[in-house]
Amino acid sequence: MKGRVWKFKDNVDTDVIIPARYLNTSNERELAKHCMEDINQNFAKEVKKGDIIVAGENFGCGSSREHAPISIKASGIACVIAKSFARIFYRNSFNIGLPLFECKETDRIREKDIIEVDTNTGEIKDISTGETFHTLPLPPFMQELVRLGGLEGYAKKLLKEI
Amino acid sequence: MGLTIAQKILQDHIVRGNVNVGEIILARVDLAFANDVTAPISIDFLKRIGGKIYDKQKIALIPDHFTPNKDIKSAEQCKTVREFAEQNNIPHYWEVGEAGIEHVLLPERGLIKPGMLVTGADSHTCTGGALGAFATGVGSADTGFAFATGMLWFKVPHTIKFIYNGKRGKWVMGKDLILYTIGKVGVSGALYKVMEFTGPVIRNLPMDDRFTMCNMAIEAGGKTGIVEPDDITRKYLSERGVKDGVFYKSDEDAEYDDIIEIDVSNIEPQVAFPHLPENTKPISEVAKEDIKIDQAFIGSCTNGRLSDLRIAAKILKGRKKDKHVRLIIIPSTPLIYRQALKEGLFDIFLDAGAVISTPTCGPCLGGHMGVLASGEVAISTTNRNFVGRMGSPKAYIYLSNPAIAAASAVLGKIGSPDEL
Repeated sequence: MKGRVWKFKDNVDTDVIIPARYLNTSNERELAKHCMEDINQNFAKEVKKGDIIVAGENFGCGSSREHAPISIKASGIACVIAKSFARIFYRNSFNIGLPLFECKETDRIREKDIIEVDTNTGEIKDISTGETFHTLPLPPFMQELVRLGGLEGYAKKLLKEI
Repeated sequence: MGLTIAQKILQDHIVRGNVNVGEIILARVDLAFANDVTAPISIDFLKRIGGKIYDKQKIALIPDHFTPNKDIKSAEQCKTVREFAEQNNIPHYWEVGEAGIEHVLLPERGLIKPGMLVTGADSHTCTGGALGAFATGVGSADTGFAFATGMLWFKVPHTIKFIYNGKRGKWVMGKDLILYTIGKVGVSGALYKVMEFTGPVIRNLPMDDRFTMCNMAIEAGGKTGIVEPDDITRKYLSERGVKDGVFYKSDEDAEYDDIIEIDVSNIEPQVAFPHLPENTKPISEVAKEDIKIDQAFIGSCTNGRLSDLRIAAKILKGRKKDKHVRLIIIPSTPLIYRQALKEGLFDIFLDAGAVISTPTCGPCLGGHMGVLASGEVAISTTNRNFVGRMGSPKAYIYLSNPAIAAASAVLGKIGSPDEL
């Protein structure tokens, strides 16, 4: 994955990722139009396929709305890298096939940097600065979820087994 | 090494894995529920994986967020949920008029019991932990998965034990204890972890206040809040016709990630300032700041229970709200609504100039029934004061208990009942 960085701070909550006033639909195109609009009005207009969100602690805190990772994924964002994630956002993202990476050094990545994430090694290369960072390894279960394309793939597999 | 309540409940439900902290397990779910906003995605997920429901008794669907339907799109979402419930004969579905806010309605209906593993496609599902259940908020796909398989994946969480000692002061409610706690540990202070609330103060705390405390565990990032079930729990359950339930206790040698002791004797009513629930201040400091308000809201899954309405009525009795302020009161369920009416609370509220709405989540998440304009200030008994939460991203939300909210409505600014 290689893309341009959209930088956010600590405690980005799901109410700013996708405000509740737009939760009267689960249409992903519709949701993507309003993604992040209360925190960065240019995001939905300017985000390009393959761009990457980089943030601080507790990204995705607040409500359980799956509309939050859905709106981010439908915006074209390839993955989110943060120091830590709120737990419901974490599971929702992997469930719908939006990859997340935990990295403690996100302060050193700047807005608009071009970064490359090696999903096998977990290495992040900041092409703009030449710096390299490491992400925390994914637990085996999360790796399986990623391999199966999310919870839908896992559910189909499990339903055959039981 | 002993186990915590949370670990014991998970162990009792395990299908694959072990209850080692950090391990991801597959576990049986006793009740999986969703609302009008989250259920449509769950239903769609269920259809994509074959559409077969594992056990319809273990499902609940509650249209509560944007109901009575606030606009055409919301009406379509409710229709999706209603048609699914009717086609599949889901017994635990309630139409407007019987439905209330899910986290208040489900315990009231006796559907959440000690020892259960409960998941809800709503972050405030942790409210059910007040009954000694492991109740946790999950996503919509998760919920569709649980509908189909009767199971879900969980990471076995660490537990932080909070011990509350001392004596609660005047106007100090469960809301203040949890706001104080969030102020102390921060909005990610219990990330991925269970908050186990214990100590002499909790042992004497009424159920309504326990629900409020567990409700806001998510506001510290918690996976759930939990209270060891006791005689207060038993009384609550028996009044609702519940005779079963497994009463777990944490072992004395259970492993805790941290143990935090809080002396409540010096805690005043708390107010959380915009735009995070951790920005708490004691009311004596807040009162000095002269924060004028446009709206006061008493309701939500956090503070729309009978005892919340009673305390608001106690303060509003014989008084009028400030002329400028809109005072909105929303009982959380039809049962609470009817009881408040019977007790004469509605007369007090109406005399005070309040508006009383049918049960709904409505204004808490900026849905309807009290959306804020730019620059407006609200005191609210809800759970979140994020940017844009109750309407305009340029509005300011202060969180408090219902006594403070009622007193502030009269004062026209944030203050204590003692100032009246």
